[in-house]
Amino acid sequence: MPEIKTEEMVLNMGPQHPSMHGVLRLELVLDGEIIIECTPHIGYLHRCFEKHAEAMTYPQVIPYTDRMDYLASMSNNFGYAIAVEKLMGIEVPERVEYIRVIMAELQRIASHLVAIGTYGLDTGAFTPFLYCFRDRERILELFEMTCGARLLYNYMWVGGLSHDIPPGFVEKTRDFVKYFRPNIKELNDLLSFNKIFIERTANVGILPPEVAINAGASGPTLRGSGVKFDLRKNDPYSIYNKFDFDICVGKGEMGTVGDCWDRYIVRCYEMEESLKIIEQAIEQIPEGDISSKIPKNVRPPKGEIYFRTETPRGELGYYIISDGTNSPYRIKVRAPAFCNLGILPYISKGYMVADMVAMVGSVDIVLGEVDR
Amino acid sequence: MLQFLQNIFGQGSIWVYIIMTLPPLVFMIIFALAAVWLERKVSAHMQDRLGPMRTGYHGWLQTVADITKLLQKEDIIPVAADKKLYILAPYVVFIGSFAAYSCIPFSSQYIGSTISLGLFFIVAVSSFVTVGIMMAGWGSNNKYSLFGAMRSVAQIVSYEIPTVFVILSIVVLAGSINLQEIVQAQSGWFWNWYIFGGPGGWSKIILIPFILVSFLIYYVTSLAETNRTPFDIPEAESELVAGYHTEYTGMRFAFFFLSEYANMFAVSAIAATLFFGGWQSPFGDAIPFLNTPWMQVFWFIAKGMVFIFIQMWLRWTLPRLRVDQLMYVSWKVLIPFSFVNLLIVSLFVMLR
Repeated sequence: MPEIKTEEMVLNMGPQHPSMHGVLRLELVLDGEIIIECTPHIGYLHRCFEKHAEAMTYPQVIPYTDRMDYLASMSNNFGYAIAVEKLMGIEVPERVEYIRVIMAELQRIASHLVAIGTYGLDTGAFTPFLYCFRDRERILELFEMTCGARLLYNYMWVGGLSHDIPPGFVEKTRDFVKYFRPNIKELNDLLSFNKIFIERTANVGILPPEVAINAGASGPTLRGSGVKFDLRKNDPYSIYNKFDFDICVGKGEMGTVGDCWDRYIVRCYEMEESLKIIEQAIEQIPEGDISSKIPKNVRPPKGEIYFRTETPRGELGYYIISDGTNSPYRIKVRAPAFCNLGILPYISKGYMVADMVAMVGSVDIVLGEVDR
Repeated sequence: MLQFLQNIFGQGSIWVYIIMTLPPLVFMIIFALAAVWLERKVSAHMQDRLGPMRTGYHGWLQTVADITKLLQKEDIIPVAADKKLYILAPYVVFIGSFAAYSCIPFSSQYIGSTISLGLFFIVAVSSFVTVGIMMAGWGSNNKYSLFGAMRSVAQIVSYEIPTVFVILSIVVLAGSINLQEIVQAQSGWFWNWYIFGGPGGWSKIILIPFILVSFLIYYVTSLAETNRTPFDIPEAESELVAGYHTEYTGMRFAFFFLSEYANMFAVSAIAATLFFGGWQSPFGDAIPFLNTPWMQVFWFIAKGMVFIFIQMWLRWTLPRLRVDQLMYVSWKVLIPFSFVNLLIVSLFVMLR
């Protein structure tokens, strides 16, 4: 009998694929359904943010930071505003710091809700996705109330904020916290501890801690591997050292430490921690003026700064060089999603095509930030 | 009904066959329209939204609008496709799922074909769908379609074995392979249905747990045979875009859709027939006007719809299994259980 000839198959997953989270293209070399090699191709959404920024004044760059990680615009504004403030030596009023932290944590919940919902969608569960979006809507309403925008806020300015919080915001945020707590439990019952979901995600795409650190992974992707590292605790910025919260890490409850389920569940737990921060901050907001420290002309002295903050996706760093004029000489962004994406070729070997979808979802990339 | 028609048109007239074929076809089309709408509304209300509301009262005309849209779509045949297979595939799938209706008894007066091997025929033609899916997957010349088709074949072939085992356990009880006779064996009050052990004395109580297991296994395998969640891996949209029908547009796509819904009802109808007394009224002949031929049609469809609803419920609740896990469930869980089950039921029938 002649031997059957088999050959490997190349499958281009994306950029137009329902579960590629934007316009990522994965070039998969397959043996049947087993992945032999995976090469991510990026750049379909490249908009030259860094080059654009050189032609803008400092405040004009803020709307561009919105458009990097469009699911966590507040966090992006936050990092940039602090970086420029540090460069100029501005101290912002206490009230501004509180409002910024509340907004950033609300944004973290909103972003994690999208991550969790779409992850459910990737594994075939449609309903949790809509539950997540229903809850996210409440947060977007709060943002809309504050600054008029629902997705791209341009809210945190250098030295202050674009608007003060409106009357009724504090009560509505309290209501949201009260409303959202039980919903996390419902979400866990429906999806996180579903037997089929665990079967699909536990022991899949295992990322050992050493590899995660070497690849520069950060955020839930790093913490999912059991590394207790969160910039809000380890290198506190703004007023995060005033609040009491925990860093959640993956413990391998359902499988091995660092599998997809761990990366997923870290996000669920983090929403709880964010609620804790919001609860503490909303009770302590001091009175004051939010725009007193906004400079008329943003013109940092000659120099450079690297400043990093913890966005929902991980460590977002801004490296800014100023030549003393009113526009930056150079801005370089260290995007968390870009670094996290780098682990995909490593973790995907030997798994199946269906697992590939689960792995991409668990890393939670936003292509707007990867390509910038 | 066959006799009645033969009296009118004469023995062997072509009209007899045409009219005998019509009711399932008409039913199937109306059912598909209703079920698609139901699927939208059920999913919508489970997900805290309203679903279609603009087309008619609570959007009941939405499916009609969908069909109109599909009719207007351009019929695209990919250049690299294997034309013959590509064009033929939707019809093969449709024929496969429609042929199963010929042996499903809708009422004591109507069954498409009175062949005595009804159950055997249904199991045989439902495998025919696999051929169509394979043709679609291969003919499309698309890698995702091919994946979907390969998965579908593997899935349907391996899930047929436990299906047949549990069907056999009912066949052993009823002593017949003719669906009409199986239903007639369950006449009387609802405790004569096979899910409650079938007709017979108190000794049937021993049997009930085993029948319940049979029913559960049948229901799980029927989900797999119709490619419904959690076994919808052949068309897993987050992995394979749309599986074997990725390349299809317009009415060709609608045919796949129609046969999927037809299949859904077929497996539910068989579940109702084998375990829940088919067209029998739950009150038997105690309330005669509930057991007239037209009421029997109502009971039959109502029982089928309950299972359709459960299918939808599961679809909007559960995530999807992976291919290897799917095979594991079939070969290592369902087949041993259904086999042991069959042995025990047979032993019981022998000793009784």
